[in-house]
Amino acid sequence: MHHLDPYQDVTGETKPSPQKLTPPQEPVIVIEHLSKAFGTNRVLNDFNLTVEKEQNVVILGKSGVGKSVLIKCIIGLLRPDSGRILVFGRNILELDHDELDRLRARVGFLFQSNALYDSMTVRANLEFPLRRHWIAMQQKEVDDLVMEVLGNVGLAHTVDMMPEELSGGMRKRIALARTLILKPEIILYDEPTTGLDPVTGREISALIVDIQKKYHTASIIISHDMHCVRRTSDKVAVLIDGKCHAQGTFGDLQDTADPQIKQFFE
Amino acid sequence: MNKRITRFKHFLSETGNIASYTGRYFGQGVKPRFEWRELLRQCYTIGYNSFPLVALTGFIMGLVLTMQLRPSLVDYGVESQLPVMVGIAIVREIGPVITALIFAGKIASSMGAELGSMKVTEQIDAMEVSGTNPFKYLVVTRVTASTLMLPILVILGDAISLYGAYIGVNIRSTTSFSLFFRQVIDNFSFGDILPAFIKTYFFGFAVGVVGSYKGYTSSKGTEGVGRAANSAVVLSSILIFIIDLLAVQITDALGLN
Repeated sequence: MHHLDPYQDVTGETKPSPQKLTPPQEPVIVIEHLSKAFGTNRVLNDFNLTVEKEQNVVILGKSGVGKSVLIKCIIGLLRPDSGRILVFGRNILELDHDELDRLRARVGFLFQSNALYDSMTVRANLEFPLRRHWIAMQQKEVDDLVMEVLGNVGLAHTVDMMPEELSGGMRKRIALARTLILKPEIILYDEPTTGLDPVTGREISALIVDIQKKYHTASIIISHDMHCVRRTSDKVAVLIDGKCHAQGTFGDLQDTADPQIKQFFE
Repeated sequence: MNKRITRFKHFLSETGNIASYTGRYFGQGVKPRFEWRELLRQCYTIGYNSFPLVALTGFIMGLVLTMQLRPSLVDYGVESQLPVMVGIAIVREIGPVITALIFAGKIASSMGAELGSMKVTEQIDAMEVSGTNPFKYLVVTRVTASTLMLPILVILGDAISLYGAYIGVNIRSTTSFSLFFRQVIDNFSFGDILPAFIKTYFFGFAVGVVGSYKGYTSSKGTEGVGRAANSAVVLSSILIFIIDLLAVQITDALGLN
């Protein structure tokens, strides 16, 4: 495995870049020797990755290589076969149900299909995580928070609409607003621009960067949309054969001679 | 031959899965936190919204049954027993079974399709990451609501069915409302009402478990959603007849028939 990030580049040379001058931050996610198989299909095989505070890490890989499986393991929706996943220093595989729920309040997840509740209005969709995590708030505070996050994604006017009345890009923004309502410290994005037109995809990429600045979040972004990767990534990790094949900045990986990595940038 | 063995294995595995799912319902259902608000919402959705269909079918069933029975009773010269016969047939058997089948058609299919589409669109996963136990929130509430609502719908359906029978009796003769109902009620015994009422809880439970199981465990995308809705209705209807068969054997063994 090429282990390059964040202090060594793909070619092994020292290249001055603003990232390399940044001192190491506190890690918020540490994944060690993670393996996961479905029957005989081993999708993750000794995968290692570290995500630091306020860092956007993009996982790049072909379809079906296990990118979504990785982030579902991080949030506890799937249980890996072996390895460790430390989130805020705690191994999520050792947490009981209540502890996992408390941790999930600090980790947002944007689903590829948005996963908005069809039977609820936008307002009810946004209020749902607040109510379920038993966050004590007056209705006025809840209303203000809903309008604040909707304002942050530019869709305050949709508050009383149903998900079916929204376009694909709007649904993505609402799903992001629902993720933001708990003010998470980490956001996991599962292919945030897939299925969107290029213009909307670029808007979502810009929104991800804005959110990182505004909410100071660390993120793992699953994507193979190279515009999104370039725009949002502080670090890119390439997932090949279940392993973290290489990691580095977008520029580092773009310049590599490794044909397996190069194919993503052509 | 191999195909039959595969089918049999699939049948056994599905039976085991449903049994384990039912065990999970009881395991999760008794643990706090209880989803009271969602349970009430489901009772309203499942019970209140099913009432018009149950009422319509119940009325037609009572009316038609009376009109079909009359000629035979006239041939034997016991036309005056028409209210008694129709009343017992409706309360003991036809009312609970027909209402349960209508209920299965409406509720099991909608549960299968709704939960199946929630699974396909990752809404169930979204609930889980939002601090919600989706099994409790979606399954326990639906199965409990279905178990509680069907007996109430059967009572209402039986009453409307008897009213349909009263209309049916009055098509060819004149019987007062009070005389009709006195004839019906006076001939009811404990063994007519209680076993018929108790079995409706099992019918409701079977519809809830099968409908939610098929949706909650559906796979293969949108095709799986359609299949879940369809198989939920078929399996819950078959289970209603099997439970009815067992119930009649038990009541017979207890001397209540």
